[in-house]
Amino acid sequence: MKIRTRNRIAQTTAFWLFRFATYAILAAATYIFLDIGIKGSRTLFTTRAPFINVPFFTQGPQTLFVFDYEGKKYTLSDREFRAWKTEHPVEVEATSVAYSAGGVWPCIVGTALLVVGSMIFALAVGICSAIYLNEYSQNTRFIRLIRIAILNLAGVPSIVFGLFGFGLFVIFLHWNVSLLAGWLTLGLMILPAIITASEESLRAVPNGLREGSLALGATKWQTIRKNVLPYAVPGILTSSILGIGRVAGETAPIMFTAAYALRDEMPWQVQRWTDFVFQGVMALPYHIYVVSSKIPQNDYTERMQYGAACILLLLVFAIALASIVLRERTRRHLSW
Amino acid sequence: MVVMENEEITHPAPPLELQKSPESEPRQPVMINVNDVDFCYGTHQVLFDVNLEIPPRAVTAFIGPSGCGKTTLLRCFNRMNDLIDGARISAGSIRMEGRDIHAPEIDVVDLRRRVGMVFQKSNPFPKSIYENVAYGLRVLGVNKKSQINEAVEKSLRASALWDEVKDRLDSSAYGLSGGQQQRLCIARALAVEPEVILMDEPCSALDPIATAKVEELIYQLRENFTIVIVTHNMQQAGRCSNYTAFFYLGRLIEFGATSKIFSNPSERQTEDYITGRFG
Repeated sequence: MKIRTRNRIAQTTAFWLFRFATYAILAAATYIFLDIGIKGSRTLFTTRAPFINVPFFTQGPQTLFVFDYEGKKYTLSDREFRAWKTEHPVEVEATSVAYSAGGVWPCIVGTALLVVGSMIFALAVGICSAIYLNEYSQNTRFIRLIRIAILNLAGVPSIVFGLFGFGLFVIFLHWNVSLLAGWLTLGLMILPAIITASEESLRAVPNGLREGSLALGATKWQTIRKNVLPYAVPGILTSSILGIGRVAGETAPIMFTAAYALRDEMPWQVQRWTDFVFQGVMALPYHIYVVSSKIPQNDYTERMQYGAACILLLLVFAIALASIVLRERTRRHLSW
Repeated sequence: MVVMENEEITHPAPPLELQKSPESEPRQPVMINVNDVDFCYGTHQVLFDVNLEIPPRAVTAFIGPSGCGKTTLLRCFNRMNDLIDGARISAGSIRMEGRDIHAPEIDVVDLRRRVGMVFQKSNPFPKSIYENVAYGLRVLGVNKKSQINEAVEKSLRASALWDEVKDRLDSSAYGLSGGQQQRLCIARALAVEPEVILMDEPCSALDPIATAKVEELIYQLRENFTIVIVTHNMQQAGRCSNYTAFFYLGRLIEFGATSKIFSNPSERQTEDYITGRFG
């Protein structure tokens, strides 16, 4: 009797513990999304038509000027302040708050460029090596060593990737702070995840398809290209969604290699097209880092912080959604 | 044993001579010649000293209990065992029409085109019925639409599937029943016009009616192809094969005409197995 009571108490305790753990995740996630969503939407949207804060999406960050004039309080961006001054040729005592006016358009563009380039690099190299590891290589000691190396690479902190990229690409190869250095650094960071996931997707393709194809006189490469890879692609895409989220959100790898705190030109405003890959860009995560910790905080800085964070969330969400749609489309006519 | 080996060496023409005149061959022609083959998976030997001559344009059945090496030997004929790490023929040779299939000048891709295979578990590709049959031609580099159409129809007719699928060639092969899928795999193998077709327990997952259809098909195909079939089903071997080889524990116990093996086997073990006393 006593034992049964004790068992029941233990069971109930465990049950509630698990339930609370699960609910705590939900609560945390809800809080994060609501906090960023609500505070961010104050920046993203306006109360007057067109209800969207157009300058926030179309301009670069500017300095905010706050001042009183004839009993009225003005908060003007750099550009607006200069225009105002030409109309009112008077001296005003204005407080300037860096980065707190304007928008994040160059950051969105920079992040998109970084994501696309590094994902192309990581998918190309990752899928190739996954095919080699899973389809061609024998289980030798060397291959086992490579697998261990890949696992270890997955555990390297992102700041170490950042330093590595800085040392190799920026300094040694003289690429300076550039898109190319950022692509390769981010790509290397995400590579282990892509390889592991691609290998898993390849392994999930039934062996009967390989044997059936080889038995018909197909070469190994024909078999892989026509009868293995097409069926592994949905799985690879799924896994790369995670990779996209990480690439878009990581700050450490790009802060030394690709990101500028402020840049007036847009990425396509380069003198020669060959300069395109050798230019630094602004990027959302680095911008969030800068506006949250590199400038003096006051009442006017929060607007930009939450706006940028909200945009980053939305951007990652949109890319993930696109990948899911793409995956479903490729998967539709596949099943075994 | 020694006498046997001497016979093996003296009677056929030397293997280096590729041109063999029929007169020097006292016995009937041989499609696949298995000479003293030992086979190992790593250090584990599964075939011991197998000697076998598979005649052309006939059905040869491999029977025996599970794990006796039937499938392993079958997979040697199109070198499918190359895909398995550590699997190798450790002694002896296999010759197809007099040429060693492991000779360096033999292209394994070409060999597999000549020696088709149907697997135990039907494995149609996740493509349309048409594309399944056309696959073998496409990988051979055939691109002419008319030629592929013709081959697809011919193969599907030969595998007695044409009437059932001719109206839905573009639908998925996974929509077919299990028996139809297996016949599709046979059609797929036929499309590249092989000389030999290996069948690894093609009916093990099929119901009796589908099995009867596949067996009937095998019986018809023997007029144009050399067929080697592995089966657990003794009645099946009796029904559809011309020759039967009985394996036990990695050794070939007896090989001969099916009628003789089933009615009057010369080995005690064969008789015991066929009458169901073990296995």
